[in-house]
Amino acid sequence: MANKRIDEATGVETVGHEWDGIEELNTPLPRWWLWSFYACIVFAIGYCIVYPAWPLLSHGTEGVLGWTSRGQLASEMNAEEARREPIMEALAATPIEKLPDNPGLMRAAIEGGRAAFKVNCVQCHGAGAAGSPGYPNLNDDDWLWGGDLKTIETTLIHGIRQPGDDQTRFSQMPAFGRDGILTSQQIGQVTQYVQSLSGKAKPNAAGAQIFADNCASCHGSDGRGMRQFGAPNLADAIWFYGGSPAAITRQITTPNHGVMPSWGGRLDPATIKMLAAYVHSLGGGEDFEEVAPQAENASATETHEQP
Amino acid sequence: MNSPEPLAVTSNKKGAQVPEPVLYAKREPVFNRRIDGPFRRFKWFIMAVTLAIYYITPWLRWDRGSYAPDQAVLIDLAHRRFYMFGIEIWPHEFYFVAGMLIMAGIGLFLVTSAVGRAWCGYACPQTVWTDLFQHVDRLIDGDRNARFRLYKAPWGPSKIARRLLKWTIYLAISFATGGAWILYFADAPSLFRDFFSGQAAPIAYVTVAILTTTTFVLGGFMREQVCIYMCPWPRIQTAMLDEKSLIVTYKDWRGEPRGSVKKAEKSPDSFGDCIDCGQCVAVCPTGIDIREGPQIGCITCALCIDACDRVMKEVGRPRGLIDYATLDDCKREAAGETPRPVWRSLLHPRTLIYTGVWAAIGLALLFALGTRSRTQITVAPDRNPPYMLLSDGSVRNAYTVKLRNMESRPRDMEIALTGLPNAKMWSDDMPREEAVRAMTRKVPADSTDIVRLYVVAPDGTPAQEFSFAVHSLDEKGETDSTETNFEAPETSE
Repeated sequence: MANKRIDEATGVETVGHEWDGIEELNTPLPRWWLWSFYACIVFAIGYCIVYPAWPLLSHGTEGVLGWTSRGQLASEMNAEEARREPIMEALAATPIEKLPDNPGLMRAAIEGGRAAFKVNCVQCHGAGAAGSPGYPNLNDDDWLWGGDLKTIETTLIHGIRQPGDDQTRFSQMPAFGRDGILTSQQIGQVTQYVQSLSGKAKPNAAGAQIFADNCASCHGSDGRGMRQFGAPNLADAIWFYGGSPAAITRQITTPNHGVMPSWGGRLDPATIKMLAAYVHSLGGGEDFEEVAPQAENASATETHEQP
Repeated sequence: MNSPEPLAVTSNKKGAQVPEPVLYAKREPVFNRRIDGPFRRFKWFIMAVTLAIYYITPWLRWDRGSYAPDQAVLIDLAHRRFYMFGIEIWPHEFYFVAGMLIMAGIGLFLVTSAVGRAWCGYACPQTVWTDLFQHVDRLIDGDRNARFRLYKAPWGPSKIARRLLKWTIYLAISFATGGAWILYFADAPSLFRDFFSGQAAPIAYVTVAILTTTTFVLGGFMREQVCIYMCPWPRIQTAMLDEKSLIVTYKDWRGEPRGSVKKAEKSPDSFGDCIDCGQCVAVCPTGIDIREGPQIGCITCALCIDACDRVMKEVGRPRGLIDYATLDDCKREAAGETPRPVWRSLLHPRTLIYTGVWAAIGLALLFALGTRSRTQITVAPDRNPPYMLLSDGSVRNAYTVKLRNMESRPRDMEIALTGLPNAKMWSDDMPREEAVRAMTRKVPADSTDIVRLYVVAPDGTPAQEFSFAVHSLDEKGETDSTETNFEAPETSE
């Protein structure tokens, strides 16, 4: 097997193996290498004593330091909590209308809101807050109940049609078809009229009359909606439950009434402010108006008086 | 430890003397003798230059105005900036550093190809610091013989005192070595002050402690063991050296058989030039015998050439018994041909190719450096949602735009839409009513302005490519642009 021999050039014995004429000298290791090997063993023993190391039947050895990766995570989370505490306190103490006056706090609120949104809101509104039919898109400039910071905060706290919250936002469109208020012919006429409001169909007089009698009280005589009732703007390009004639007919016949939970009891006020700031920052946020402006903005002003 | 003595001798079956294999060998201490000569002086010179560069560089100042540090060479990890005299490198320009590292690598190949292990012999920090520590040995304990005697002497008060003194000096040198290193990573004068008043960051003390320890151990005690066992470079060099590489060579055809001057006088013609004085071994900093031929322990520092030349001069024989030569030249010389001049060995094709590659990378880097713009724009389009329908039917896309002002002064920059007619943009800190085609941003000195831009196009605009263009509103008028996509719903019309 092993054919050990003395290499002529060096006088050192070979290890006795040969690969295509190549042989290896059995050169001794340096002694210090041996000592560093022993040092590694000593280190390993020390490590086993100090840190958790050996798995046992029910639990592992704990190590005299008492260190655990969970414990480290907890302490890092506590440190992060402590770092955020002044921000959260400032947020809790700042009325949301005053938030834009403090750009640093506003930025912190938006970033915090981005994280809280991922946990609490994406299930309905989507990761990009773009919603889907029946779940509002929060990026656009169309708001059912209003898009300024204070209004968004109110919607967040009390939700929409949340049973058990007496301040929740509530609106109910009658089921014109199912309850026999309008005939299916009338529904067809008003559907065409509603489409005409955004230029997608020709206006028709019969539909206009039905609209004035049945719809204008909430959606406005021009169909531009009313925020105090959460009545959608029917004259723009954005449709909550779909803009096709079939979808509009369905909504008039048997309306959908979506529910948003009230978050006031689940999240702390600072987190709700952060969420409001984040949603407001998505590109459609409206300015908060403190004094009643012109008549055309009357509905927007009234929204602020919402309970 | 119950290990056999090294070189314990037993007999094998055939009766030949075979050393019992030993698993571990003790380090043989090296007590190299002082020598003077051209190569030693060259080594002094290199040591002075490399140490001067190392210690002086962090203290050099370079005026960059009030917005940037005034340290000539600074690796500012905290702020992600690398300053080198007039050059400032941002993290995204790291390819300059990568290019310099590649040049350093190829530079080592080039040096190896041309002059063998010159890096090992002269410029490697391990060599320079080992040399320094060996001079300390000489200063405290005396030259080769005195050090050998002290090594053999039993531990007594005087030996302990000498050792403690020597190790203290080792430690001082090591501390100076590790201490200077951190000065490259922060403002040197203030870090120096903070360090000694206990105000510096913990990482500064940890770094200095680690580097002090490694210098103390590697330079003071490990020395040639690092070169022989720990460093990968000698192993790589054994693969890179060939018959055309310049190495330190003992010309055995001229030196053998060895004999003292007396013997040679008694029987001339039966001895070579080597008088077997052992000076080449005595001066060797790694403790090898060059007469055994090329070996991994030889760092080609050429001190044995100095030693042998001096002896040859004393005994009246021509110099160069040990000399820089290529193996090809050795063969030629051994065959009686006239040796080629040393510079001829520098010009072989491999060296020229390495020089070409090295220079090409260097020129490319210089060109890139000379033509780079200090204004840059990058754009990340929002992907979720990719586009947004607004209540008036228009389509909005959102972009996160980064404007980089890489000059050490604040600048105004104009971002403009190129392409996408009828589109306008606004930033999230202005109302949509003020949407424009081009807007001016104030970008602070040496920083990145991150702005969220909304681009809106009328109903019916198809998805298409367009660009954001930026130009700096200063006398340099630098420009940059980046192409991106405008997404829109599929139109059925």
